[in-house]
Amino acid sequence: MHSLSFDIAHMLAGGLVLVSFLMLYQDRLYALLNVLALHALVLALSVAWQAHIQDAPHLYITAAIALGFKAILIPWALRKMVFRLGIHREVETVVSIGLTMLAGMALVALSLQVMLPVTAQADPVAREDIALALSVVLIGLLMMVTRRNAVSQVVGFLSLENGIIFAATGARGMPLVVEISVAFSVLIAFIVVGIFLFRIRERFDTVDDAALDQFRGGRS
Amino acid sequence: MISLVALCVLALLVLALLGAVTALMPVGRVLVYGGSLVLCLVLLVAGLASLDTTVQRVTLPLGLPWIGAHLRLDALAAGFLVLIGLGGAGASLFALGYGRHEHAPQRVLPFYPAFLAGMVLVVLADDAFLFLFAWELMSLASWALVMTDHQAEGTARAGFVYLLMATFSGLTLLLAFGLLAGAQGGYDFASMRQAHPTGLLAALVFVLATIGAGSKAGLVPLHVWLPLAHPAAPSHVSALMSGVMTKVAVYGFIRIVFDLMGGPVWWQAVVVLALGGVTAVLGVLQALMEHDVKRLLACSTIENVGIIFIGLGLAMAFQVNGFIAGAALAMTAALFHAFNHTLFKSLLFFTAGSVLSATGTRDLERLGGLIHRMPPTAVVALVGCMAISALPPLNGFASEWLIFQAVLLRPDLPQWGLKFMLPVDGALLALAAALAAACFVRLFGIGFLGRPRSPAAAEAQEVDRFSIAAMAVFAALCLLAGLFPGAAIDAIAPIVDLLLAGRMPVQLADPWLTIAPIAASRSSYNGLLVATFIVVSTTIAAVGIHRLASRAVRRAPIWDCGFPDARPITQYSGASFAQPLRRIFGAVVFRAHETVDMPAPGETRPATIRKTIHDPVWDALYAPLVGLVTWAAEAMNVLQFLTIRRYLAFVFAALVVLLLALTLWQ
Repeated sequence: MHSLSFDIAHMLAGGLVLVSFLMLYQDRLYALLNVLALHALVLALSVAWQAHIQDAPHLYITAAIALGFKAILIPWALRKMVFRLGIHREVETVVSIGLTMLAGMALVALSLQVMLPVTAQADPVAREDIALALSVVLIGLLMMVTRRNAVSQVVGFLSLENGIIFAATGARGMPLVVEISVAFSVLIAFIVVGIFLFRIRERFDTVDDAALDQFRGGRS
Repeated sequence: MISLVALCVLALLVLALLGAVTALMPVGRVLVYGGSLVLCLVLLVAGLASLDTTVQRVTLPLGLPWIGAHLRLDALAAGFLVLIGLGGAGASLFALGYGRHEHAPQRVLPFYPAFLAGMVLVVLADDAFLFLFAWELMSLASWALVMTDHQAEGTARAGFVYLLMATFSGLTLLLAFGLLAGAQGGYDFASMRQAHPTGLLAALVFVLATIGAGSKAGLVPLHVWLPLAHPAAPSHVSALMSGVMTKVAVYGFIRIVFDLMGGPVWWQAVVVLALGGVTAVLGVLQALMEHDVKRLLACSTIENVGIIFIGLGLAMAFQVNGFIAGAALAMTAALFHAFNHTLFKSLLFFTAGSVLSATGTRDLERLGGLIHRMPPTAVVALVGCMAISALPPLNGFASEWLIFQAVLLRPDLPQWGLKFMLPVDGALLALAAALAAACFVRLFGIGFLGRPRSPAAAEAQEVDRFSIAAMAVFAALCLLAGLFPGAAIDAIAPIVDLLLAGRMPVQLADPWLTIAPIAASRSSYNGLLVATFIVVSTTIAAVGIHRLASRAVRRAPIWDCGFPDARPITQYSGASFAQPLRRIFGAVVFRAHETVDMPAPGETRPATIRKTIHDPVWDALYAPLVGLVTWAAEAMNVLQFLTIRRYLAFVFAALVVLLLALTLWQ
């Protein structure tokens, strides 16, 4: 009953989750950026496949945006930024990586448990997609929470956003304008965060966000 | 008729706007109070005319689009419309003169008609949305009126406490209506009447409605705002708040418990009886300790609300057991007492306002001897004090006598709680009545008799004619309602019939106007006869004394116990009058404590006596609550100073917890 198209869509969705886990595992910034590019690439592939099986040509545009902006432009810009900032290239984690991975697995289980009963009547492709997209979003949030370095928080945010795009394309009939505007908002968020990073760096000589809190008088 | 009443509400709202525009001109006062007077009289007449007619309904295309605004005028609404019309007309007439002393009319004039309109809308409303809207309009307008004199000490706190309690009351009523509407969302009262809630749901609705209406009415332990807020407003507004707004709250309770819920359960009657009894006694005890005239009156309002709720509790107890005649008697007594309380409490607040404008003080210890300076005010104040002390032949006696008749029916109720509560409430009621008499002897004796205790009291001037006219009309009504209680009972009968499907026997049929609640062989009361007896015996005694002793009135020096030139300060004061009662009850209930500081021989400083009183309800309930809120606020304050990552972690954790809850819930 499962056709080949379903299997491929499923494989790409699973691949996205897998790359999210890869992202959690990285302890070097450059490697992390490479994985982010890979994440966006898998997303672009998956969206293109959705465009193919849904007969929705506008999704090809979304796929192209994902490929152009997220897989190439943003990782490249981040890489330049890390280089120019000269920050140390290690990712500083709050919780150990093993624990984070375990938490990520629990989150995947949770999102499957939440989504599969809710979407019992939905189209099986969309159903699996949405469940896996939720796990990508949750892992992105987990990454933002468990990293100290502002650059890796940005990466977490971008992967979270990938999950949202993925969920949106899985559902039929999502207007193109929504996807484009989401893509642009991400770009703008990226620019703002980039400028912000340079500003923090200028003031505090670090991009560890704990410095911000010390400045504010809080406890890290 | 209902469209006339609705037009009156509209006119009152227009008047509120006009009041805002013309507040600073002298014509504004005449316009607003004169207009309110006329409209309230129209409402009074409309209410009287609608008491005995069929139910009238109107749906206006206002409010929520899928509900509209349902208005309904039945006997219950008409009865309370009479109350609002009467109280509002009296207050407006009084304010025509009294408002002249207002320092900031722009703080009163716009809100006064809006307050009246809110109260009328509450009794007219036939859907939950309009009811709550009107309820909040009433609360907010009265809050604005309480804050009139916002720079005076304590007003800001009174307003804050009042606003909190009003919000709380609105919230609980909202929840009660939500439960009554059920899952279908039938927010009009007609569909609520169809669906009778049972079991836990009914219990929850009852508790919420009692809290919501009770906190507005001033039931202990939700009464704390009342002695603060009622006196802070201008006197005619205090009269409206005490005399009318608490009755609107009683209306809310009756509407929900007797009408919408369709019949009480026996434990609910026990709860109402217990709350009513405790409220009556605590209210009057607190009134006895007060030396601020208006606060004293506000505390006495709490007592009277307790008496009304005892009547309602009795009606519930009898209705549960199918004893409709008894239930009708108790309900009639409660409604009659509500009506009477509007009359004499408004009257007493008017006199307090007159005294305030004549002397500039509300402190009982600085008054005295006003009967010489303001004879008409003193006479009407005496009538009000006698009425509220339930002395025959005035109206207070008639209604309290009816409540006692209901207590003394003592039918064989099967529930142990009711068996126990009925005699207890009888005792509490008797205690409250006796203490109320003491309280008002104290008010009149210290305030109007004796010698002036301050220069302000010695130079008091009688107030204007409008104020005197308002007070005289209410005093006359107190007397009339006491002389002809049968007329009032018969007028109330359609309301009781609507609620309980039964009524008291027709009273006006008796040629001698004797009222007999159940049967003449059991008990009866004739106000006219008692009045005649009092008048005749007093006349005979007075004539006899004058004839047999001396014809002339002689003025002689006051017996001074051997100390010539006694100062006014050596007179009996309010505090000394209340001292025995304070020592007996206050030591237990209020933890009253007196310390005497006696200087050693040779010292020149004066001796002092200091008394401290604690409000048991505040200490036991509200102080811990305030502490808890403060503690929670302090604890939450940490959240203001977290790192960005921790904020993110909070969002993340909240998301995960909600998702987990969703999974488990499925």
